[in-house]
Amino acid sequence: MAFYVVQFLTGLASAASLFLVASGLSIIFGVTRIVNFAHGAFYMIGAYIAFTLTERLSGAFGFWGSIVLAALAVALIGVLVEMVLLRRIYHAPELFQLLATFGLTLMVEDLVVLIWGPDDLVGRRAPGFKGAVDFFGQNIPSYDLFLIALGPVVLGILWLLFQRTRWGVLVRAATQDRDMVAALGVNQKWLFTSVFAVGVFLAALGGALQIPRDAVHHAMDLRIIVEVFVVVVIGGLGSIVGAFVAAVLVSELNAFGILIFPKISIILVFLVMAVVLIVRPWGLFGKPEAAARKTPGLTVNPWRPLTSNERLASLAALVVAAMLPLFAGNYALTVGSEIAIFVIFAVSLHFLMSVGGLASFGHAAYFGLGAYGVAFLAKMAGLPMIVCLLLGPLLGCMGAAVFGFFAVQLSGVYFAMLTLAFAQIVWSIAFQWVSVTGGDNGILGIWPEKWAASPSHFYWLALGVAALVTIALRAMVFSPFGYALRATRDSLLRSEAIGINAKRIQWTAFVIAGTTAGIGGALFAYLKGSVFPDNLGISLSVDALVMVLLGGVETVSGAVVGAIVYKALNIWLVSQTDLSKLVLGGFIMLIVVVFPKGIVGVLEMLAQRRRKASPPGSPLIAKPIESAE
Amino acid sequence: MSVASPLLAVEGLTKSYGGIHAVRGVSFSLRAGEILALIGPNGAGKSTCFDMLNGQNKPDTGHVRLLGEEITGRKPREIWRMGVGRTFQITATFATMTVRENVQVALISHGKQLFNLFGSAPKFDRAEAGRLLELVGMGGYADRPCGELAYGDLKRLELAVALANQPKLLLMDEPTAGMAPRERVDLMRLTAQIAREKSIGVLFTEHDMDVVFEHADRIIVLNRGTLIAEGTPAEVRGNPQVQAVYLGEGLVYDARHREGASV
Repeated sequence: MAFYVVQFLTGLASAASLFLVASGLSIIFGVTRIVNFAHGAFYMIGAYIAFTLTERLSGAFGFWGSIVLAALAVALIGVLVEMVLLRRIYHAPELFQLLATFGLTLMVEDLVVLIWGPDDLVGRRAPGFKGAVDFFGQNIPSYDLFLIALGPVVLGILWLLFQRTRWGVLVRAATQDRDMVAALGVNQKWLFTSVFAVGVFLAALGGALQIPRDAVHHAMDLRIIVEVFVVVVIGGLGSIVGAFVAAVLVSELNAFGILIFPKISIILVFLVMAVVLIVRPWGLFGKPEAAARKTPGLTVNPWRPLTSNERLASLAALVVAAMLPLFAGNYALTVGSEIAIFVIFAVSLHFLMSVGGLASFGHAAYFGLGAYGVAFLAKMAGLPMIVCLLLGPLLGCMGAAVFGFFAVQLSGVYFAMLTLAFAQIVWSIAFQWVSVTGGDNGILGIWPEKWAASPSHFYWLALGVAALVTIALRAMVFSPFGYALRATRDSLLRSEAIGINAKRIQWTAFVIAGTTAGIGGALFAYLKGSVFPDNLGISLSVDALVMVLLGGVETVSGAVVGAIVYKALNIWLVSQTDLSKLVLGGFIMLIVVVFPKGIVGVLEMLAQRRRKASPPGSPLIAKPIESAE
Repeated sequence: MSVASPLLAVEGLTKSYGGIHAVRGVSFSLRAGEILALIGPNGAGKSTCFDMLNGQNKPDTGHVRLLGEEITGRKPREIWRMGVGRTFQITATFATMTVRENVQVALISHGKQLFNLFGSAPKFDRAEAGRLLELVGMGGYADRPCGELAYGDLKRLELAVALANQPKLLLMDEPTAGMAPRERVDLMRLTAQIAREKSIGVLFTEHDMDVVFEHADRIIVLNRGTLIAEGTPAEVRGNPQVQAVYLGEGLVYDARHREGASV
């Protein structure tokens, strides 16, 4: 019995940090409507700075002073970020906001390694809370008891702040209707900045308070952000009480889940989240938001199928690509195969996010599942390559069917958070279930058979599949199903009013996109000869998002162009620098802020301008409307 | 259509929120080809009533029947499949698609081709989509992006979309809200003409009394959740209870004394 009580208390102690970070995320979202992906990064910087300060400043006062100073310093960084980056994107589509803050996260990951080095740092223990308390023969660290008490105290302070101060009233008002608050003469800029500072302060405090419990390392941002997303999805985004209750719930599930499923305790959390989503899609304490959902794009260029000339041009490009083995060496062909595979990956995400308006932040899960599917079939069942290639993607299909069912119950940022959480769950399973997946060591020795073994043959295979997949998905964009999918993206209300079962349409699209990504993953397994958990990791998911964004999120063919350009750049970049995350993160922020239309989008705009410039027609005469290619 | 089985029959519709009775025991019916206006001051329960007919809200008690078949509590998309088209107070259209594509989506849904993955949507029922657009006077706008249309044109597009499944009943929530006076007259005249030609029943809510009295065959008046009057425009106009609700009793009294005429 005592053991369970201790386990329970450990869970409560873990909940404290989680609550601090989650409430910060919730407060920021409530007012600015930005889901701050970089929240985990601020948590991590908080921990690093607190570590450095506690090493320098001695004594009890030094320690506690360091914790608070660290949080304040990070809040200051937050203010800077808000003023320089976020103010430029408050009115951008939410996908862009998520990506920009994710770019920031990537940069921070490399920066902390640059400053503090790649090794885990073990911090000092808290003065006054170094020992443990004996509880019927079980030890409870006294610092845990401090954290358990801290959670409710912070909740109380936040409550007072919001209910009893003028600033709190403004924040609550802005959470309900920020335009109205602006109309009443409140200086919104500073309100937003201060809210962001408070949110970041809470995240950094959460990180700083962790140092006596956990080692500080440069991957702690992603781990916490996934847990925080799960917490706010369960508790309800924008609710601080919800964040508290859900943080306790998730921490307890983790604490006890480890007793039930030692290896894959995260499954328990997933099950609870799934149940909450079905019963209350807006979370336990959240409010259903009648969000006026906008289209993911910025303009209204209708799409049209390729003209016959454009078809010929595409075919010519394909023929040229197919002639690459005539003059390129083996390395170039391997790169070419990889690019072809990423074209498959990018067009599959494009179908979901540009056509369906569902920006998945965990699309790599289905790519990786396809790769693992091939690995299982080839290594365990010993099936021939062609069978593996055909059946492997089915694992991606099944994963997409299960997760997609839950994900399409939500939309917008909730959808993004949930897909990310799902992908992370799949990653954890691949990472932790060593007996089946090999864990971190992956599954090795998946080599193509003779007919596809040479670089040129494999290149043709990858190119051929990529062409087929691209053509098939493109045909679907202009199929009745594609129209229905775009309809659900543009207006759910109207879709339902003309007999469209939007959820089923979106679910189908999710499964199609997941299966297609699985096809890419299956080829990728053979290209690399191995499968690792990273094949379904977050950074791969973000690669896909950036490829679509770079090509142009509101164009039909942007994904193909984006994948080719991005992948080629990426391979080159990795060979040139160790700080690829820093460069990539900066690159992402740059696209979002100055280049949101993407390559194909800009080309279209230029072409449109040139055509418009030539006829001097009056604007009153109905002008032919340019179509997006 | 015989009087015994009206197109739409509403019986004892009731809905309350907490202690507030938004709609109390409302009953009325609608014949095919008839244009029925649902009016009442703000807060009378029009929208609640309307939403219970189109499936967006479920009544506490009461029945809604379409040609004798129960539609109470069904989902909007199921009600649409039974032949009920609708337009919204604030237009809901597919902004990134062209005008023609907007209609084609409705036709695709009507033809049960929503899960057709490899057909050609641009060619799908193109002629029929063109015909519907001609019908509402939008033939020349077929290739325009819907997001560029003026508000009045969006309303007409919604009408074309609502007609795509050859509905028996049209539900129009404040069809002329936000339109210029001239556009209002045009839209309602068009609606009335189509309804009579195709024998479609039309139920609409409206605040503009000129529109109501000019185009409705019959009017029902809600006040504080209950039906207080029902009849032809002339009957409703002369109903003292309706006058009281709309103008306030004092004003009616004053007006009569000053001008010695009916209001």
